[in-house]
Amino acid sequence: MAHQIIRNVATVGITTCVPSAIEENISQPFFKEGEAEKVIASTGIERRRIAPPNVTASDLCFKAAEKLLEEIGWAREDIDGLIFVSQSQDYLMPATSCILQHRLGLPVSCCTFDISYGCSGWVYGMSVASSMLAAGTMKKVLLLVGDTPSKFKSRKDKTAWPLFGDAGTATALEYQQGAPEMFFSLFVDGSKFDSIIIRDGGCRHPFSTSSLEEKEIEEGVVRRPLDSVMNGMNVFSFGLKRAPEVVNDVLALSQHQVDDPDYYIFHQANMFMNEKIRKKLGIPAEKVPYSMKDYGNTSCATIPLTINTTFGTADMLRGKTVVGTAFGVGLSWGSVLLTLDNLKHLSLIEYNEESI
Amino acid sequence: MTLNEFMDVLAEQFEDTEREAFTPQTRFKELDDWSSLTALSVIAMADEECGVSINSDVVNNAQTVEDLYNLIFA
Repeated sequence: MAHQIIRNVATVGITTCVPSAIEENISQPFFKEGEAEKVIASTGIERRRIAPPNVTASDLCFKAAEKLLEEIGWAREDIDGLIFVSQSQDYLMPATSCILQHRLGLPVSCCTFDISYGCSGWVYGMSVASSMLAAGTMKKVLLLVGDTPSKFKSRKDKTAWPLFGDAGTATALEYQQGAPEMFFSLFVDGSKFDSIIIRDGGCRHPFSTSSLEEKEIEEGVVRRPLDSVMNGMNVFSFGLKRAPEVVNDVLALSQHQVDDPDYYIFHQANMFMNEKIRKKLGIPAEKVPYSMKDYGNTSCATIPLTINTTFGTADMLRGKTVVGTAFGVGLSWGSVLLTLDNLKHLSLIEYNEESI
Repeated sequence: MTLNEFMDVLAEQFEDTEREAFTPQTRFKELDDWSSLTALSVIAMADEECGVSINSDVVNNAQTVEDLYNLIFA
């Protein structure tokens, strides 16, 4: 069973970088009269940030990492590891984390790798990063988690396009003796791998001219085999069952009651689904912040993004116990319980091309 | 849960259609206020009211209210 109790690892900072361009759901061309209002009311998503064509998830993560490193005062030569979690890597090869090592001026003595995960990616990334540090020989690891769903969702798909936004995040973890324990509970069910999928462009279905052929699935839903497709009903049913289960599982592992944690930060799928999950667990609304109204579902970036949009400074979250829970593509899901005694910095910035 | 009780909770998932309009033979996906959101509400209803986790096949395969009842409690 993928349970972990990690000792002597502290989360010291989290920064999110979002694109500056805002896209409003109320003015999407594929909505018929009155339809946009209904979609906004049920999803809770009013607007999203969309990266320009030349800006990738790694660019957003790079900017977040630069800001975070400056704020927490880490010397770059002291960084021992960099992990990049995304479904929108720069190239099929090499791993984007290699490129980021150089761009960030990290030493060649650093180990880097990519983790190909979406929605549940931050929880999985935190698990791997903290495991690397727990042995005590590596001291500092940078976890970069970001996605640009706008680059693989069809702009002509009214069932997908209004839900997703772009964001890049950086989380700094370090070895600190006596840091509060971190608890992880991770799960995967590959039998439902095609519930959220981009069929073409990998090795199973290599890119071909047919990858570009548009197909009208229904009115207002046009996709190519290169675009991401989701079985909304199955993903909804999955989240409703698995998210509460995994929260209860991490609470049991850490010997906490549901009332103990100060905050529960969930993957931001949509308001309809997230509220069902919150109510099923009986968690009061004030303990469950959301960022989806202004940012939508930013895939693996939703948990750090929600932390950064909710808590303006580290003082607001330092010493608090937080449960982060994510679920989605894979299908995979997981929870982490953290007590943030050593948090130094939190910030939210906008991507500004001139500063790169 | 009896079929009658099931129809009581199913009717609540529809915005406009009244309870009286539901019979075991009602083709619920042909009602005017059926939408993709109602489909999600039915999945949530199965979870909350019936304690059963259903996937899209159940909603896609059920034509009548009685079909849905039988598939959920299969």
